[in-house]
Amino acid sequence: MEQKKITDLSQEKVIEIKELDKSFGELKVLSSADLNLIKGENLVVLGKSGTGKSVLIKIIIGLLKPDKGMVNVLGNTVDQITYKELLALRLRVGFSFQSSALYDSMTVKQNLEFPLVRNQRSLTKAETAKRVDEMLDAVGLLKTLHQMPSELSGGQRKRIGIARTLILQPEIMLYDEPSAGLDPITCMEINKLINDVQERFHTSAIIITHDLTCAKEVGNRFAMLTDGRFEKQGTFEEVFNSGNKQAQPFYDYNFIQ
Amino acid sequence: MNFTWFLSVYNVYRFIARFFREAFLPPYEFKELMRQCYEIGYRSALLISTTGFITGLVFTKQSRPSLSEFGATSWLPSLVGIALIRTLAPLLTGLIAAGKVGSSIGAELGSMNVTEQIDAMEVSATNPFKYLVVTRVLAATITMPILTFYTAMIGMLGSLLNVATNEGTSASAFFQSSLESITFLDVTASTVKAILFGFTIGIVGCYQGYNSSKGTEGVGKAANASVVIAMFLIFVEEVICVQFFSFFLT
Repeated sequence: MEQKKITDLSQEKVIEIKELDKSFGELKVLSSADLNLIKGENLVVLGKSGTGKSVLIKIIIGLLKPDKGMVNVLGNTVDQITYKELLALRLRVGFSFQSSALYDSMTVKQNLEFPLVRNQRSLTKAETAKRVDEMLDAVGLLKTLHQMPSELSGGQRKRIGIARTLILQPEIMLYDEPSAGLDPITCMEINKLINDVQERFHTSAIIITHDLTCAKEVGNRFAMLTDGRFEKQGTFEEVFNSGNKQAQPFYDYNFIQ
Repeated sequence: MNFTWFLSVYNVYRFIARFFREAFLPPYEFKELMRQCYEIGYRSALLISTTGFITGLVFTKQSRPSLSEFGATSWLPSLVGIALIRTLAPLLTGLIAAGKVGSSIGAELGSMNVTEQIDAMEVSATNPFKYLVVTRVLAATITMPILTFYTAMIGMLGSLLNVATNEGTSASAFFQSSLESITFLDVTASTVKAILFGFTIGIVGCYQGYNSSKGTEGVGKAANASVVIAMFLIFVEEVICVQFFSFFLT
């Protein structure tokens, strides 16, 4: 497996998270979490289920509010901007759901048209159709144009979900468990798609996963979330050869067992 | 009654306030509004027609013995007309719509919530409240008066069938007698009630679905609560409206 290019940390930060806290009742999920996303990199956030990885990206996109701390995305402090400003920011940040979250009453075509029609009202029908075709072609699923989400496989749904996100040409992509529930071959296809998206659309991305094979294939930099904070960040080797008590069993399970 | 109950009331108040705010602010989702009017109106028409026709027919049949004791069967068209317009049509349409439309809205939004489709709209820079809630509540509010008068008309046809068979009354004589007894206030009261019932069905269904707890159980609960709460509120509103309009009638 080829190691991806390592991030130059001196470059521009597109996401900056400082001292982030989030609790649900008594359960403390994030505790003084610090994280940066550098322009152009794919940052992989690793961690066990229930450690708050998805909560983190939901806070970044403004679906959840933090209890404390600062989240700056493309120069906007997410919990301090108005709803209108948040909607404008969301045009620049794509979110790919673990469940794909396709609108099941709409065809694939209508799913892709939905964000375009609502956010780029000046586009003609022909221009919209062209953009939809281009995006479906980019994810290799042009033939599914008139199918309903219920007729698609899990991998196809993930790809359509990513295409729907990409159609607004975001600068940042947030992938929530992109390979969860997929067979190894489809996982590899999704990993390749994530890399293609980075190269072709020049996006920066946070990829949430607990699959180290996926992580190693798509990530430029890695951050391990344990006990609500990022204790170790860096290259794959830096995170997993650090003797971190939380990271080691994770590595052993994925690569030894 | 505890703190949670007050919190629920406050959340409902906020939901309704948000509806009025979002309904008047652009952009307007006319296409989705029209689609919802079609879904709510056209798709309920068959059920409402059948129920309305049967109600008109049975109501006439059941009223005849009492009126015939006084030799007043000629009053049947007027009686049915007033009963349908003032109470039967709005109440019947409201209850049927609460069952069919309310449950459908609650279940649809509930399942969209569970499968993160509402969040997906949110992150694709679309206001899901405006697209999903405002359109459905407005569609229910607009469609209910139309459905109510449609039910009244179909109910009269059911009544006509019975009256024509038993008394040999012609259609023109039946409608003349029936419509002459209906006043402007009756029509106004019926319209007001239908608007109130439509709004109630829409807002209850949307609130329950939009705020359903995660999981498939939550979808079922949302659909069930949409019907039960809407039906209860429709009866409460009916009582209030009858009291209010009785004041003008007297």
